Amino acid sequence: MFSYIVKRLLWTIPTLFGVTLLVFSMVHLTPGDPAAAILGDKANKQSIADLRAQMGLDKPLYEQYFIYIKNLSHGDFGKSANSNEEVMSEFKDRFPATVELSMVAMFFAVFLGIGAGIISAVKRYSIFDYGSMFGALAGVSMPVFWLGLVLIYFFSVKLGWLPVSGRLGYEFDIDHITGFYLIDSLLAKDYEAFWDALKHLILPAIALGTIPMAIIARMTRSSMIEVMKEEYIKTARAKGCSRFQVIFIHALRNAMMPVVTIIGLMLGSLFAGAILTETTFSWPGIGKWLVNAVYQRDFPVIQSTTLIIAIIFIIVNFIVDLLYAFINPKIRLG
Amino acid sequence: MRKLLITALLFVTTLMYAAPKYGGVLVFGRSGDSVAIDPAHVTDGESFYASTQVYNTLVQFKNGTTIMEPGLATSWDVSKDGLEYTFHLRKGVYFHPTKYYKKRNEFTADDVLFSIKRQFDKTHPYNKIGGSYKYWGAMDMDKIVKDVIKIDKYTVKITLKKPEAPFLSNMAMDFASILSNTYAMDLLKEGKSDRLARYPVGTGPFVLVKWVKDDKMIFTANENYWDGKPYIKKLILKVITNSSVRAAELKVGSIHVMDFPNPEEIAGLEANPDIKLVKQEGLNVGYLALDQVKFAPFKDVRVRRAINYAINKEAIVKAIYAGFGKPAYTPIPPTMWSYNANVKKYKYNPEKAKQLLKEAGYPKLSFELWAMPVARPYMPNARKVAEAMQADLAKVGVTTKIVSYDWGTYLDKGRHYKDDSCLLGWTGDNGDPDNFLNVLLTSNAAKIPASNRAGWKNPEFDALIAKAKTTTDIKERTKLYMKAQEIFADQVPWVTIANSLVVEPIRKSVMNFKLDPMGKRRFNKVWFDK
Repeated sequence: MFSYIVKRLLWTIPTLFGVTLLVFSMVHLTPGDPAAAILGDKANKQSIADLRAQMGLDKPLYEQYFIYIKNLSHGDFGKSANSNEEVMSEFKDRFPATVELSMVAMFFAVFLGIGAGIISAVKRYSIFDYGSMFGALAGVSMPVFWLGLVLIYFFSVKLGWLPVSGRLGYEFDIDHITGFYLIDSLLAKDYEAFWDALKHLILPAIALGTIPMAIIARMTRSSMIEVMKEEYIKTARAKGCSRFQVIFIHALRNAMMPVVTIIGLMLGSLFAGAILTETTFSWPGIGKWLVNAVYQRDFPVIQSTTLIIAIIFIIVNFIVDLLYAFINPKIRLG
Repeated sequence: MRKLLITALLFVTTLMYAAPKYGGVLVFGRSGDSVAIDPAHVTDGESFYASTQVYNTLVQFKNGTTIMEPGLATSWDVSKDGLEYTFHLRKGVYFHPTKYYKKRNEFTADDVLFSIKRQFDKTHPYNKIGGSYKYWGAMDMDKIVKDVIKIDKYTVKITLKKPEAPFLSNMAMDFASILSNTYAMDLLKEGKSDRLARYPVGTGPFVLVKWVKDDKMIFTANENYWDGKPYIKKLILKVITNSSVRAAELKVGSIHVMDFPNPEEIAGLEANPDIKLVKQEGLNVGYLALDQVKFAPFKDVRVRRAINYAINKEAIVKAIYAGFGKPAYTPIPPTMWSYNANVKKYKYNPEKAKQLLKEAGYPKLSFELWAMPVARPYMPNARKVAEAMQADLAKVGVTTKIVSYDWGTYLDKGRHYKDDSCLLGWTGDNGDPDNFLNVLLTSNAAKIPASNRAGWKNPEFDALIAKAKTTTDIKERTKLYMKAQEIFADQVPWVTIANSLVVEPIRKSVMNFKLDPMGKRRFNKVWFDK
């Protein structure tokens, strides 16, 4: 087990190098001058040249790459060319918002997805099965931004139940402790703020969680159906286990293997979906920030944020692999 | 006199509406966040939205107009040769204390010296902090300003390298905002000079309380504002990227003023009983530059006139600007002084276009038509404009291919004359015609990277603009610019398309909100009628 972990960790080094090289080349080889993009249409020759020099763009490419790697090794992720602030500090300002939204969306997706999947599998070919599988198909096919607008139209404009966009009403002012508003408001014992933050989370979490939920539901259903055909389920039934025991103890645990894999991979697509959801719901997270950086050709932000996201991915995949061993003791890592 | 005017104005306002009331929180829904709140370092409108609330300039534009009025300077004298401007500063104005800086410093000549000198004096401690001074460069201030001299605590003299009439207008621009010297030096001592761009301390109508990036800025009213305490108690600038979502927020009343509505959604908003529209012609122009450097046939004035006759701009403006734009016939907008309404207009005439093309020897012509990838007030949908032009031009035997790139590439290639023709526009900075005609159409501006996208060069036009730049008499300048517009209309290096109509949907309870021709959003005279 220990040697496995060490091996996996060592493997991340070449992976991360690959990521830096790939992102660096992609960013630098696409046409367009970032200095000109940042300065906009009002720039003149001198100001463009000055900014290029300030961003180090006047040096040869390989030199720029080495400077970038050298700075990275010192933990220096660079400064945003646009705002002139440390990329890391700007990232820290926004990352909790994305994590909070993704976690709530994932929570929603996992519980509803697995629940619907189990019921569909157990009550196969029932109305519920057809209904939930149709819903899952619709969920996968819907563009996130469109679903977001529809949700806003019904629940905020027509019914007036939930806020339209944002993270927290302006009347609340909670201190930035963890950056997660749900936690920070509880720490401050400001329950009204907690309730408000929760209300702000509902629609974007549904919009973001719908696709993962649909996929998880379909995966759980098919996996459960497979498992329910196994001999050991028959054995369990024969020895007189209750229906509950058969489904939740004997079947579900075995059926969860592919579902966990999917959930792990889904965390990746959740970040991608977050970009669209954050834009629709004006959610102040890294998705929206990254999109702006790409528009502005803000090299340091694009490079470093992509790298940080890659690191997070690697960690998540690592945890998923460890989870396998926990769920299924038959798998011995090593 | 000023007092009398204000009293008269107040009287009229009182007759028209109920008396202004104090109190309330105003939420302004805007499309993007500010990059920073140091106006000398940024170029984007969203950053200026924030800095305008906190800072003042020496001279300023009267709310909702292009008329100059005193700001932090109560008066100014210009020497006869136009090389020395002496500003007499307002006394008893203080930089507001904030949550992050408690000192209350008086505004003096040192602050003016700090704010201007840091932008050009290489030995200034702040010259290298916070990146380049973008607007200073963009406005060519290095070639204009020689020095800034403190005469006494309340008097400052700015000397120029050459007579430059638009200089005073430049001093009303955001990049010339006055920051606190003492605050900046205190930050420097603590090694926190970077904070100047994020934690502003100004003399303006509002005080920044909190900035949550990509989310909101919270301001409170400056109780001691020299131009009168703002009516609203709190101002919130909230970032709502999607315009349909902004409209939804306005409908439910969680925001009160909404920026950049979708033209398609205007009618729906206007029909809402709680919403009204505030409109004003924008200080901008959208145009199609006919690049004669890359595409030789555009060197022939007959071809340029033919293109102008062939494009039905009235129809384009009506269809694509959804009525929120007006066809433009000269490069400067009608809201600007010296606008010439009597220039030659090229009314839609395909027959005449065909005839001119035949005369020029180009009965068939084919070129690339570049469409901007982004929406701007002067060009809400460049793609649709390009498609309409393509259809119009096809009718006179001109085939076009519509081309687009990402915005940075688009601008960059255009500056190097890599396009045959391109859709573009300009928003005025300082309310001076020089800012349009000189920047966009003189030979000087045709040097690569060029802002004169047509590459058009006309010595007579150049001479008029150069003369107007060094003349301080506004009547004389008006004459010169009127003449320059006649030359433009005769030679048509562009197809001028439209001046936008800026439309800001607001809640009916919001009173006295005026749009600013310079594109600022000011809230200090706004109040709620509840």
